[in-house]
Amino acid sequence: MSNVEFIAPTSPEQAAKALLAGGPGARPLGGGTDLLVQLRSGRLPAGLIVDLKRIPEAIGIRQDGGAFVIGASTPGITLSEHKALGLAWPGVVEATNLIGSTQVQGRASMAGNLCNASPAADSVPALVAARATCLIVGPDGRRTATVESIAVAPGKTSLAPGEFVLEIRLPARPGRSGDAYLRSIPRTEMDIAVVGAGVNLTLDAAGVITEAHVALGAVGPTVILATAAAAALVGTKADEAALANLDAAARAACNPISDKRGTAEFRTKIAGVLARRAATIAYGRAEKR
Amino acid sequence: MSDVLERRDAAPLDDGHLKVVGTRPVRPDGADKVTGKAMYGADLAMPGMVVGKILRSPHAHARIVSIDTRKARALPGVKAIVTAADFPDLASEEFEAGESAGNLRDLSQNVMARHVVLYDGHAVAAVAATSSSIADEALALIVVDYEVLPHVTEVEAAMSPDAPVLHAHMFTQGLAVTPDKPSNIAKRNELTRGDLAAAFAEADVTVEGRYTTAAVHQGYIEPHACVASYAADGQCQVWSSSQGQFMIRTYCAKVLNLESSNIRVTPAEIGGGFGGKTTVYLEPVALALSRQCGHPVKMVMTRDEVFRASGPTSAGVMTVKLGAKADGTITAADVVLKFQAGAFEGSPVGAGSMTALACYDIPNFSIVGYDVVTNTPKVAAYRAPGAPISAFAVETAMDELAAKLGMDPLALREKNAVRDGMKASYGPVFKNIGYVETLEAIRSHPHYTAPLGPNQGRGLAVGFWFNIGGESTAAVNINEDGTAVVISGNPDIGGSRASMAMMAAEVLGLPVEKVRPIVADTASIGFSMLTGGSRTTFATGMAVTQASQKIVEDLKRRAAMLMDVSVDQVDWVDGVAVCRDASKGKADLSLAHIAEKSGQTGGPIGAQVSLNAQGAGPGFGVHLCDVEVDPETGHVTVLRYTAAQDVGKAIHPAYVEGQIQGGVAQGVGWALNEEYIFDRTGHMENAGFLDYRVPVASDLPMIDSILVEVANPRHPFGAKGVGEVPIVPPLAAVGNAVSAAIGKRLTDLPMAPPKIRAAIDAG
Repeated sequence: MSNVEFIAPTSPEQAAKALLAGGPGARPLGGGTDLLVQLRSGRLPAGLIVDLKRIPEAIGIRQDGGAFVIGASTPGITLSEHKALGLAWPGVVEATNLIGSTQVQGRASMAGNLCNASPAADSVPALVAARATCLIVGPDGRRTATVESIAVAPGKTSLAPGEFVLEIRLPARPGRSGDAYLRSIPRTEMDIAVVGAGVNLTLDAAGVITEAHVALGAVGPTVILATAAAAALVGTKADEAALANLDAAARAACNPISDKRGTAEFRTKIAGVLARRAATIAYGRAEKR
Repeated sequence: MSDVLERRDAAPLDDGHLKVVGTRPVRPDGADKVTGKAMYGADLAMPGMVVGKILRSPHAHARIVSIDTRKARALPGVKAIVTAADFPDLASEEFEAGESAGNLRDLSQNVMARHVVLYDGHAVAAVAATSSSIADEALALIVVDYEVLPHVTEVEAAMSPDAPVLHAHMFTQGLAVTPDKPSNIAKRNELTRGDLAAAFAEADVTVEGRYTTAAVHQGYIEPHACVASYAADGQCQVWSSSQGQFMIRTYCAKVLNLESSNIRVTPAEIGGGFGGKTTVYLEPVALALSRQCGHPVKMVMTRDEVFRASGPTSAGVMTVKLGAKADGTITAADVVLKFQAGAFEGSPVGAGSMTALACYDIPNFSIVGYDVVTNTPKVAAYRAPGAPISAFAVETAMDELAAKLGMDPLALREKNAVRDGMKASYGPVFKNIGYVETLEAIRSHPHYTAPLGPNQGRGLAVGFWFNIGGESTAAVNINEDGTAVVISGNPDIGGSRASMAMMAAEVLGLPVEKVRPIVADTASIGFSMLTGGSRTTFATGMAVTQASQKIVEDLKRRAAMLMDVSVDQVDWVDGVAVCRDASKGKADLSLAHIAEKSGQTGGPIGAQVSLNAQGAGPGFGVHLCDVEVDPETGHVTVLRYTAAQDVGKAIHPAYVEGQIQGGVAQGVGWALNEEYIFDRTGHMENAGFLDYRVPVASDLPMIDSILVEVANPRHPFGAKGVGEVPIVPPLAAVGNAVSAAIGKRLTDLPMAPPKIRAAIDAG
């Protein structure tokens, strides 16, 4: 990684300008836990690093009514220490905290995890299930997009030249809501999801699910928003029959590959299992709020 | 926990009242290691030093048509470039080195490919440059024209008659008739006893299975690293992390055709080896680069290089057939072992064959082993080389036999256990072995009868390793203040500094803190074989003990001079010279006092002993493992693990327990997740710790180690080697537990979640 240029602008507009001027070799740096590894290994050509950490909006968690706005460079450890966020979105927080080691958590950011565009990114299924949105800054100003619209293929995003994600917004939500994220790895930590499943539920007073979102990771080229799987839960109390339907619908939504981390067959089966288990946890959390 | 279960022949110096040996002092190298001050292979820097890097083959098998280094040489900052043309073209010559044997031509051609590359990652050229990035640029400018050849990575595929042949000169050895066509089977070996066919015919019960293990890496944390400097007068210095500075010296001398007296090798601190640092990869290359440019050259492998071009141990394909009487007496065993050697011959199939049935007294058996070359990295020794692989097959078959007989797996082992006086399957007669005591230690442990929950299973397996002695040198010098220095030539990879200091302290009668153990360079101490084969505490410990005894004799002689009595009047008691005849009124003389007066009694006090230690005692381990399997995801949780081992005498029990726990941890990884994965082109797909999955701390329970002490009377304190036995049983202990948990027999490693879930679904 010779001849890498590094700048740390203090405004989003400066950052967008620099990224545009830097061409294809220019990269925004959230926490750097993916970017630096990719530069060192030669997978990314050396170019310009635009550090976002000096931009005030890129750091920290702000509450906006019932919504949470999370700066692009906010490290995972900050999420885990934010009480209100943990109560509202335990699934999003636990998903983000699964990334890497304690040391990595001191740097790794959700926006970086999202824009790295890996189908196995742990925070993304939880964010998609949460119906989170992104504030994108670019040379032409600011726009908002859904989280699931960012990654278009492994390692590829829909961001235009000069664009970067400045904030992630978790929407306000009613009471009796809960979310959960589970992943399958061969070990207990320090690994990459072979399958991931995020589930986000809202219940009515009687415990019937009124709204459900299910997202699956590492079972397709991008994270899958499994609408039929979610539909299997709406109108139920996440009883055994509903969970079996969820399991089947989640499996039907999968389109995985076989690789060194797992076979397509295994991934598909586990997606159903994890969706079911995550739904049960999310339901339990929703009942308590 | 230390259970002394039985004392048969006592060790010469163990009177039951040892003061230092058997205690748990802080390790003398500990402070430097935990504060980051210890100097590992990559830590040395020298004035004028340049960076060396290796260009590696992207092909699993190819002919090198040409190598054009002109553009790289022209790059400013590039100081030297070497290829095979810069190394002597060595003829085939066998050598012996500790646990491993090999061929100098193969060693040389593994260090730098000549005419042909045999695996993805094989070194083809090396550069030295003034910076790491210039060295990288230079590598990219070297143009190698390859003619890609068909390749083979799997052991059985390589044995097939139509497989691509790696070496035109390889004609299978060990057959009745040497074949007239070359093949990838380097060697066939065989061990037999009795009449196998008749025994199977008379057996009441037989079991038969096919078992496979994947290639796994030793997984040491520290990558290979060295600094080498070749002076204008031909004198060479090497600083490197290895399991033997004398091994490095010998191999550098052979590969570069130099004289040993011109090479001085200083051992760096070693960040793990497990057998994988018993050979050379970088040192001769760094010397060749330094010779060309005159600068000291530093080389440090990346993790990717460590995986692709060093280690691993063999993948194995095994069949085992066992025959037994209804009462559990095993009458027949037929074992076939096919081990992957990698690019050059020399898999550990010989040791795998010798250890396969070593725990059992079986009247009729056949063990046949095949050493098979493949287009994968040349295997290196890995902790009890070969034994875990064959033990996985035999111990899994034993579990099946116990089930078929309706017999307790431990009772089946007890019924067929080897004991003192029995002839081992590999030849010698057992003496002072503690196997039965080790089985008993597990039987009487609470773990053995603890209840299991749903989806849980318990697995038992046993294991054996020879342990070796061999050539060692040690020196002990007494300082003028009465403290001592112990100098040895064995890198400390398992706490050997502590055990050396403890044995010397015990003999000298000093507190262990007064004894400073040092690992010296090749010019500062006599020859020692490398640290391997679980030999150091036994063999080098014997040299240290004898040197210390010589010093005690000398101290008594000097005390007698100072007291003006005859030497037979002086006893050495707890570090003090005491005159036997109290009526003479002679004051006791401390070691410090005698040291202070050494100028009056003959000068400095020191002794060196060089020996070839004989009588190493073999070790046995019995392991018990509980797992829980998630039937939906196929995930395995290791719930509980108990390992009992006959250790002879634990010099430092905490480090012996550490050896056992470390061996188990590596074995659990081997059983559950570790494997080399190659794509269709023969490129390793998981050359990093992300996708090559060693266990992390949270994957393991506390591993309970039971030290069984049946003394080896051939060692002054009764020690047996301990470092290798503990990796032998875990593969089958874990595998048998997983099979018990899911109610289905699994026979292939690693038992990763996809494999387990598929087995459960197969019904």
